[in-house]
Amino acid sequence: MSFLKISSPAAARRLFLERSGAVLSGAAVALLAGREALAAKSGDSKAGDARILNTALAAELEAVAAYQVGAESNLLQKPALDLALQFQGHHKAHADLLEKTIRKLGGKPASAKAKYSFPVETLKNQLDVLRFAAGLEQGAVSAYLGAVPLFATRDLSKAAASILGDEAMHWAVLRQVIGENPVPAAFVS
Amino acid sequence: MIEAVALAAALAAGDPLRGKEIYARCLACHALAYDRVGPRHCGLLGRRAGSVPGFAYSSAMKKSGIVWSKKTLDRFLADPTHTVPGTAMTYAGVADAQERADLIAFLAAADQSKDCSARH
Ligand code: HEC
Repeated sequence: MSFLKISSPAAARRLFLERSGAVLSGAAVALLAGREALAAKSGDSKAGDARILNTALAAELEAVAAYQVGAESNLLQKPALDLALQFQGHHKAHADLLEKTIRKLGGKPASAKAKYSFPVETLKNQLDVLRFAAGLEQGAVSAYLGAVPLFATRDLSKAAASILGDEAMHWAVLRQVIGENPVPAAFVS
Repeated sequence: MIEAVALAAALAAGDPLRGKEIYARCLACHALAYDRVGPRHCGLLGRRAGSVPGFAYSSAMKKSGIVWSKKTLDRFLADPTHTVPGTAMTYAGVADAQERADLIAFLAAADQSKDCSARH
């Protein structure tokens, strides 16, 4: 976990708080730029795009809940705990953006479930929790990759790719922490 | 698990161990034994599309008339949104036929494994 010692958790958190505004507005800019394009699309393609975003939103909300379970498990110690909270913050930012965009498209955003199922009985230590998180992040990368070619509006593909990049970084960092090759291949699938 | 894996490998021209790796792509939305953004996959082969009790399917999936077999899964997974227009599984699919065969072999084997027998 040596890379985590590069900066203190407090410094990492400060950095995250300073930067997250910039990250969100980057993705938001992509969507804002697409506003006219969004307005110009037919009802059908808007509904289709909203449906894609809603499935992504449901997955993001589940990821937020999963990190919450991890954070409250008492299995994560600092600095892994700070990392989990930082990644949770990113997923919240993704969810916010998706929700706003679904509204803009005239859709009804999915809301968080009252209860999620997680394989908590298999999470016995920090490594288990981080490995579970890595699997979710890997899945998220694939899910966004599978969404990119489906949007009728290209700016939404761009926004999805922006989120994909963030999730891929989470995945790589988590793999590094659990002692696996952080970047196992030249392509994600 | 080993026996089930060997059985499924014999039944399908797919490798369930490679299929398990490919299943990682589904893990943002699915689990074998419980519902998430997508429905559980235990019990998949032979069941009617859109029939897991308590899971909120799209009406497109419920009305699709599909029964999940190796053949129908192969078609759906190649291109979900065109096979079932209006599906909530907004995912481009698995383009490679061998990867699909491996994935389906894994799903069939998993169904016979203890990951699934515990819950259904
Ligand atoms: C982005 C989220 C997402 C991803 C990724 C995803 N699915 Fe799905 N899947 C869903 C949703 C949501 C449904 C329910 C679809 C509906 O109701 O229209 C579903 C439904 C299904 C069904 C029909 C099940 C039933 O009970 O009728 C199968 C089979 C399936 N998915 C297999 C897969 C496989 C295999 C993968 C990986 C290659 C995968 N899915 C990836 C979200 C996803």
